[in-house]
Amino acid sequence: MGTPAIELKNISKTFGSIKANQNVNLTVNNGEILSLLGENGSGKTTLMNMISGIYFPDEGQIFIDGKEVVIRSPKDAFDHKIGMIHQHFKLVDLFTAAENIVLGLKEEGKYNIKQVAAKVAEISAKYGFDIDPMKKIYEMSVSEKQTVEIIKVLYRGANILILDEPTAVLTPQETQKLFAVLRRMRDDGKAIVIITHKLHEVLSLSDRVSVLRKGEFIGTVKTSETNEDELTEMMVGKKISLNIERSEPENPQDRLVVKNINCQSREGVKILDNISFTAKGGEILGIAGIAGSGQRELLEAIAGLQHLDSGEIIYNNPKTGKTENLRDKTPLQIRELGVRLSFVPEDRLGMGLVGNMDIIDNMMLRSYRKGKSMFLERKKPKSLAEKIINDLEVVTPGATTPVRRLSGGNVQKVLVGREIAAAPTVLMAAYPVRGLDINSSYLIYNLLNEQKKRGVAVIFVGEDLDVLVELCDRIMVIGSGKVTGIVDGRTANKNEIGLLMTKTQGGEENE
Amino acid sequence: MSKKNEAKVREPLFHVAKRNSMVWWKAWLIRGIAIIASLIVCALIIVLLTKQNPFEVYASMFNGSFGSKRKVWILLQNMAILLCISLAVTPAFKMHFWNLGAEGQVLIGALASVACMFYIGDRLPNALLIVIMFVSSLVGGIIWGIIPAYFKAKWNTNESLFTLMMNYIAIQLVSFAIMVWVPSGSSVMGIVNANSKAGWIPDIFGQKYLFNILVVVAVTVLMFVYLKYSKHGYELSVVGESENTARYIGIDVKKVIIRTMVLSGAVCGLAGFLLVSGTNHTISKSLAGGNGFTAIMVSWLAKFNPILMIVTSFLIVFLQRGAGEIATNFRLNESVADILTGVIIFFIIGCEFFINYEIKSTRSKNKEVK
Amino acid sequence: MLSTIASFINAAIIQGIPLLFGATGEIITEKSGNLNLGIPGIMYIGGISGIIGGYLYEHNNAAPNAFLCILIPFLSSILGSALMALIYSFLTVTLKANQNVTGLALTTFGVGVGNFFGGSLLSFFGESGSISLINTGLAYKTKLPFADSLGLFGKTFLSFGFLAYLAIIIAFVSSYVLSKTRVGLNLRAIGENPATADAAGINVNRYKYLSTIIGGAIAGLGGLYFVMDYTAGAWTNDGFGDRGWLAIAIVIFALWKPKSAILSSFLFGGLYIICVYIPGLSSSAKELIKMLPYLITIVVLVTVSARKKKEHQPPASLGLTYFREER
Repeated sequence: MGTPAIELKNISKTFGSIKANQNVNLTVNNGEILSLLGENGSGKTTLMNMISGIYFPDEGQIFIDGKEVVIRSPKDAFDHKIGMIHQHFKLVDLFTAAENIVLGLKEEGKYNIKQVAAKVAEISAKYGFDIDPMKKIYEMSVSEKQTVEIIKVLYRGANILILDEPTAVLTPQETQKLFAVLRRMRDDGKAIVIITHKLHEVLSLSDRVSVLRKGEFIGTVKTSETNEDELTEMMVGKKISLNIERSEPENPQDRLVVKNINCQSREGVKILDNISFTAKGGEILGIAGIAGSGQRELLEAIAGLQHLDSGEIIYNNPKTGKTENLRDKTPLQIRELGVRLSFVPEDRLGMGLVGNMDIIDNMMLRSYRKGKSMFLERKKPKSLAEKIINDLEVVTPGATTPVRRLSGGNVQKVLVGREIAAAPTVLMAAYPVRGLDINSSYLIYNLLNEQKKRGVAVIFVGEDLDVLVELCDRIMVIGSGKVTGIVDGRTANKNEIGLLMTKTQGGEENE
Repeated sequence: MSKKNEAKVREPLFHVAKRNSMVWWKAWLIRGIAIIASLIVCALIIVLLTKQNPFEVYASMFNGSFGSKRKVWILLQNMAILLCISLAVTPAFKMHFWNLGAEGQVLIGALASVACMFYIGDRLPNALLIVIMFVSSLVGGIIWGIIPAYFKAKWNTNESLFTLMMNYIAIQLVSFAIMVWVPSGSSVMGIVNANSKAGWIPDIFGQKYLFNILVVVAVTVLMFVYLKYSKHGYELSVVGESENTARYIGIDVKKVIIRTMVLSGAVCGLAGFLLVSGTNHTISKSLAGGNGFTAIMVSWLAKFNPILMIVTSFLIVFLQRGAGEIATNFRLNESVADILTGVIIFFIIGCEFFINYEIKSTRSKNKEVK
Repeated sequence: MLSTIASFINAAIIQGIPLLFGATGEIITEKSGNLNLGIPGIMYIGGISGIIGGYLYEHNNAAPNAFLCILIPFLSSILGSALMALIYSFLTVTLKANQNVTGLALTTFGVGVGNFFGGSLLSFFGESGSISLINTGLAYKTKLPFADSLGLFGKTFLSFGFLAYLAIIIAFVSSYVLSKTRVGLNLRAIGENPATADAAGINVNRYKYLSTIIGGAIAGLGGLYFVMDYTAGAWTNDGFGDRGWLAIAIVIFALWKPKSAILSSFLFGGLYIICVYIPGLSSSAKELIKMLPYLITIVVLVTVSARKKKEHQPPASLGLTYFREER
């Protein structure tokens, strides 16, 4: 292992009243891969953003190759040969890969995109990337975009690479490829930081692990001298069992029968390809798949937000015994049919809630239409807001606080609380624990389980396979818009699901 | 030591962060300071131009608005029209639909009224004629509002550029109509129905402008209630904040966009009707007089709150009238009003920064640490 | 017939030049994500600053030098419009104010300043009448020496003052800079996605300031051309009319490409005056024809939005303020 490439001493940063980082000390050596481990919201990304010049630390010092430096902007970071690959790619959609790669660079000589392309090819050959430099970003897949991001920092001669949750959007196979590339770079003498909250990745890839918890620096350990339990304890504070309660489904009945639904994107690419499944009352159906495999469109199709080219969505009303086809109905028509469908979308503040409105007005989103008056009724939403704040322990100055000002976990409590308050018979939740700390996550799992016991058909789209196999009764796996398999949550293992995720051919429908 | 100092010097002196919230009185204090600062700058400009005592200048500005009964009525009438147009654009803005076409919508509304006056004249009872004018003005405004709204709803066509272009089509239509109606080839339309007064709103209590003012007061209250307490108002705020959320809860976004622009266009048409039937009884290209654009600033300065718009429209009209007075008294050009309006708006929109953001000094923080 | 067509083309180009300056300036500005609706006001300022500069020089010199007659108004025009664009940038970039409101206020202000000084400049110096800078106008109208010797071709295409050629050169240079240089790449990236540009180490605010100020200065030259060349050194209040908005329309029509803006400007310039060249047109029909540029712009706007071709859309962050620490 080499000399220290970068050292952080007593770094602190606050946002308003939130302490994102407190007195963090960290060292990364040349020729090593360091994992920065921590739960969502523990300040990993904020810390790395201060190295890459996005934020400026309130206090503390940064040393590079033993010299104190000031990083005021991303440009300063580049000058110190630091490159960061953000979780949300920072690419210009309209530009080609090569244009994105040289963006912002001040190279000697005339700007010549062909020379850039040649140099990109050279880097690709060295580390084993596969990329067309003249392809436009909006035509690329997620993993291609990530490759462009990595080449971008290498092109700038970065010696210190920071990757923020790089595997979140990749298939297990793509992840392996990425890890191979990262190891090659390490052997090339580069210092690599990978931000993650996935323990198995930490253990398989990194040389050392540094752990953050709630913005505080907990410690650094050698990967070879630690194990999953110790890391979990460092990450979460107290040793907790990772078991999620799972009761046996009682009297499951077919609630929602999806038959052969298809839809296409504007460009004519199939997003949902002949998907069929059944969601039963009293059970949790998990949906696993690589991000962007059609999960969002599937839920939106059921909720009446996505036009379908063919297929049926049959709802069995438990009260009346009638069946209804929900296909191509608007959300309003669905509700008018007496279908009690609740939906916790992935994009909480952009879809489920209105960030600039207060909690009361957000409660009203679901109920404001009630009654024939053309005026709004704010009394009931107000008491509902207060009830949710009480029952779910939402931390907020009051019911009239805009939800944008709440923390991620509290935003989600408000959203899930509202959706459950509608007494649904079908509850769909997309990535409901993304960005939440462990306590809030468990609160959400409990709420879902509670609904299941009430006989609600729960559909849970998740990304963490560990959670899926512990929470769900059945797990449906989709890949490229197709159902690649439906497995029993009690017997399935992660590898099996991971393989199904990458299958492109439709799987057997063991219904 | 020297090394450390070097590093210090290179640190940014301050950086900007978003504020969480600010107590309302502090926010209004900042706005008040901005207005005072802008008035001082205006005073400097006027003193430079006129070499007069600034207090005298401000006195004559005040005089321009409140100097006589007649002046007060004119102030109120101008305020009423500006406020009416501001109210018209407000629902669209709350929906994040940048309706920069109020100028055109007002003109078309006015054109419709004048056309009725011109073609029907005194062949119908005056009350009936006025009702017809009223309806056709509203329809005119609605048509002008609905066209960009339709394309926005259908293809997300950029509405600010679209409505902007619609203004000039309206202006040319007015020029066209005047050319058709005025046979002499002169491009000025005289007072229509000057003798029969057909289509003129009668004076109320002997006051020519009172009708307009009362109508606009009513519209103000209605708009306030509509935006704050009606389901429609709630729906358009949701659409403005996030179209995805609106779709998610089953709001028909296209319908809301079109419905809101129908309202916006209709109220603009109403302003056109009031201008023709209530005060001017004629039409020209510049009938709206830039109020369609000024209204955008009035609405924005009032944070889209109809009641606050009474204050902001007063402020703008007061300035314009005052500047007009200065122009006459000190034999300056009338355009001085536009200059002063511009300066004051610069200050007010600039001061919002200090309400929404805070500047943190890095230096003082370092001192605290030691 | 041929000579009528030639004189129409000539007039269309003359009308198109101020539009081209305005459109090029606005394209450069909009590429940085700043929708500067203050351009009409800036063009007024460009004109009046030139007039003031020229007046001060001509007024104080018995025998004005032709070169200085050009240089002084040219520099004062650029200074005036750059200052206006600076106000816009300060408010929208540094103080993060709403771009639409700021732009419209700037137009009110600019038109006001233009008409104010246009109407009162002489009275400040105790003169009366209206402004007319004969020498400056003549200097600006100086044609290419060989224009007349080339017959109809020379008359139609080469008989302009130097500002006309400058407009075309600036459009070509802007096109080159935008598509073929690093600076252009960086600028386009800011208009598309400022957060990405920022993360790539580009100083977003500096680019926004510079492109808006340079764009404003270029647009202002359109006003200068109008007062010095087109009206030969005379100022009439509101004489520039709505040409500023027409320039903004051209930006859309040319799909944010300076090279396309050249022909678009001449086309719009032609549409602006075509009614004079169509024989037997009633005065009312003339007014209808003047509607054409705006109608065509709307058609283009709608078509482009309906076809949704990525390369033809306005810069993605147009009209939005950028704040790095937004969270």
